[in-house]
Amino acid sequence: MSLDLSLVPDGGLHWLGASGEHAGIVLSSRIRLARNLAGYAFPPRAREGERLRVLHQVREAVGRVPSLRDAAFVRVDECSPQERLLLHERHLVSRELAGLDQGTTAPGAGAVFVAGDSGLMVNEEDHLRLQVFRSGFDVAGALRDAERMDRELGTEVPYAWHQEFGFLTACPTNTGTGMRASVLIHLPALVLTQEIGKVLQGLQHMGLTYRGLYGEGSDVLGNFFQISNQTTLGRGEDELADQLIRVVRRVIEREEEARRVLVRDAGYIIEDKLWRAYGTLRHARNLPADEAMNLLSGVRLAAGLHLLSGLSVYTLNKLLIFSQSAHLSHAAGRVLTEGEANLARAKYVRTVLATEAKPPG
Amino acid sequence: MICDQCRERDAVVHLTQMVENAVKQVHLCEQCSAERGIETTVAEPKHPLGDFLQAVQQQAAQMPGDAARCAYCGTSLRDFRASGRLGCAHCYGAFEQSLRELLRRVHGSTKHEGWRYETRDPELVTRAETLRDLRDRLQRAVSDEAFETAASLRDQIRGLE
Repeated sequence: MSLDLSLVPDGGLHWLGASGEHAGIVLSSRIRLARNLAGYAFPPRAREGERLRVLHQVREAVGRVPSLRDAAFVRVDECSPQERLLLHERHLVSRELAGLDQGTTAPGAGAVFVAGDSGLMVNEEDHLRLQVFRSGFDVAGALRDAERMDRELGTEVPYAWHQEFGFLTACPTNTGTGMRASVLIHLPALVLTQEIGKVLQGLQHMGLTYRGLYGEGSDVLGNFFQISNQTTLGRGEDELADQLIRVVRRVIEREEEARRVLVRDAGYIIEDKLWRAYGTLRHARNLPADEAMNLLSGVRLAAGLHLLSGLSVYTLNKLLIFSQSAHLSHAAGRVLTEGEANLARAKYVRTVLATEAKPPG
Repeated sequence: MICDQCRERDAVVHLTQMVENAVKQVHLCEQCSAERGIETTVAEPKHPLGDFLQAVQQQAAQMPGDAARCAYCGTSLRDFRASGRLGCAHCYGAFEQSLRELLRRVHGSTKHEGWRYETRDPELVTRAETLRDLRDRLQRAVSDEAFETAASLRDQIRGLE
């Protein structure tokens, strides 16, 4: 593989560090801003040469943007399918930029800059997608960093802007702020107590929406949900972010309450279920991806309920990302078949749990 | 997205279900969801983009200007309806009337209330637009084999860059 992730600061995984507030429940907070350059057609309509010029102009400008100082640069369209999947599993590029949807390929002149928690996708659906990740529940911190990067970049390249409509985007559902503020949240107790339906329904009344672990079009797996604002126009960035923060705080409280109810009313059932998940992960020899995700959700809950000790939130986060197929292939140094990946996944998870988890007995 | 049941038609119904204490998402086409007895209001999609495209469709049906094009990038209202994507910043001006109505439906507003954008150098924007225009003319000149014009355009582009 030619993609050298050691060049990416922290491997682009600084947000796995579990340093933020409520890190056991909220894995990460993210701000994404969609921007376009004035003077070019939007990427879906632009000719190849135009997209290359956009990339050239942006690359040159990034050198003068402090937020992206020393950023690693990857031409996504020149990566192999396996490498693109790896970047996507790390949340560094979207499905669209990685060209992972059936019948599609990576868009021409598609690229990504990565510097710590901040990144910049080029030539996705919009010319620019600025993104900032924070570990745990820290939407406000991510917004501050995103605002700074946006201001710095906007003085170096001219944005497509309209006095009334705000920042102009290829899809009108992003017009205005171009902002998607989101948190990746683990809600196993709300799922087990069957409260989740009500919670998800409530989100929509509050102008929020939810998706799976990997954003748009991805399935809900392992009780991980990505909650984000639904609309982008008519309310300011701070107001949209505040609304998300308020609602997510309430969701966290409900998840914590559901955990207390589970332990109180179904203590041994839940304990048995979680130990079985742990036992399977600790000893299985063949572990398909979906099963691993659901079992890891159980172990994460077990750690949250203090049934397991010695297993840090960082390790749990790492297990989620590094047990995915492109990461297993990357570690093996060759492309694994699905069957081989299932064996490699079982071995990887076994080893990490054997080294780091200490069951209280 | 393809229907989970028949694996043939496009899924239009997206259900979140509880199965054995896990959340499952099921994607079904209209026919399969009807077979399962799931009530749908397909005519009124809940997804904002669905709402949006439906509104574009309704507007386009009312307006003879379906074939109206953005003079800058050539995108027509019909293209937009098919892809859900505008071609360039100028499309917002070309289809302003339709868009204003649609933005109101999707976002409940047409007025941006967030951060304002001021370029350090407003000329940057003008220069970018001029460059794009010159490059278009250069491409046409080359394909028409008007090499003298092309050479002059190339010099102008270099000057601006």
